[in-house]
Amino acid sequence: MGGALNANHLLFLLQGTLWTVVLSLLALGGGGLVGFLVALGRVAPNRGLRFATAGYVQLIQGTPLLVIMFLTYFGLPAIGFRISPLAAAAASLTVYVSAYLGEIWRGAIESVPRPQWEAAEGLALSRTQRMFMVILPQAIRIATPPSVGFFVQIIKNTSLASVVGFVELARSGQIINNSLFEPFHIYSIIAVIYFALCYPISRLSRRLERRAGQPRGQALAPA
Amino acid sequence: MNLNLDFSVVLERWPSLLEGAVLTLELALIATVLGGIVGIFGAIGRRSGHPLISGICGAYVEAIRNTPLLVQIFLVYFGLASIGLQLSAVTVAALALTINVGAYTTEIMRAGFDSIHRGQIEAGEGLGLSQAQIYWHVILLPALERVYPALTSQFVLLMLASSVTSQISAEELTAVANYIQSDTYRAFETYIVVALLYVLLSLMMRAGFFALGQLIFPRRRRLGTAL
Repeated sequence: MGGALNANHLLFLLQGTLWTVVLSLLALGGGGLVGFLVALGRVAPNRGLRFATAGYVQLIQGTPLLVIMFLTYFGLPAIGFRISPLAAAAASLTVYVSAYLGEIWRGAIESVPRPQWEAAEGLALSRTQRMFMVILPQAIRIATPPSVGFFVQIIKNTSLASVVGFVELARSGQIINNSLFEPFHIYSIIAVIYFALCYPISRLSRRLERRAGQPRGQALAPA
Repeated sequence: MNLNLDFSVVLERWPSLLEGAVLTLELALIATVLGGIVGIFGAIGRRSGHPLISGICGAYVEAIRNTPLLVQIFLVYFGLASIGLQLSAVTVAALALTINVGAYTTEIMRAGFDSIHRGQIEAGEGLGLSQAQIYWHVILLPALERVYPALTSQFVLLMLASSVTSQISAEELTAVANYIQSDTYRAFETYIVVALLYVLLSLMMRAGFFALGQLIFPRRRRLGTAL
């Protein structure tokens, strides 16, 4: 093999980029759905539910995504569940994202001023009506900037799907590197592509934050 | 379906698990200390009036925060090799983690510096403190106290993220797990045990940082109060 980087390689990287985007959206969709339930559980009147969701969040936030990824992809087949790399990556990211988004959204729900609950109760709205018609519409405005910021973390974290053999951007870089062996060159290109995906979203998140008059600071997580 | 779990084959490897956990904590500790120093200077640089210095610091923060740690680790690993520096995997891992967490710390410290009210600095000047004294007593220490909770959760996340360095075969906890599961064929049990070990490590770090906070910031002040 060997040779120089050519158009076919770039096309392959583009395909990997596409899968990174698909996986990020899957993680956002799945993690958002489960995270919403986690957030509702965290503020539920039922103490058992609050306790269970808090335990879930503590467990997931105390475990590296990489270990969750290995547990899903290598662990589940070992006890008899076969799983494809895409399914393993999407499931792991869903679990991981749900714990973080759940906490972000719980914070948003709890930061809606207390009198809003009381006013809604005074209007004889049921708990479901209070939540969906009064609290959530306001919480969404508070939650938008940090959620957009967290989407950057999701995109970056999809790179860990490469370890279970899912061919997204980082993995397609590794594959090209196996034939060209110019690692520094190739990983620089990969880094630039990730930057091009993430930077506009980071900027958007910061602009939303400034507009909302919220304190600065992206959801913090290296990866 | 053969759901006969056997944790004993994993648990009897406790010496190597312990070794891995210790290396994970060491990596986290080194990167925390060095990254903290990088972050403080980065934040000072970002706030300096000099456009070139603040531009470089800003570019550093944006470049790190918008690319995955995995790619950063590979870049450091192969970048150093391509200029002829042969370092051990653990050294490269510590270096890459330091570069990574330094950028996040820069951003957190900058927010802390920005939260110091102008009047405080003017009061310091009025008392005849030197520039260095003002930076230390009026800006750095109060800012550090204010962002301490954000910093500590960042450092716990760093400890978890150090698992990625297993990809350049630094023998920390995740790499040990990979080795044990390929040796015992008990992947599920291995990763469950290791996940719980990580939870334990992060609880330990949180407790440690809390105790340290009580020690170095004895006058507990409510966060966000006008100062």
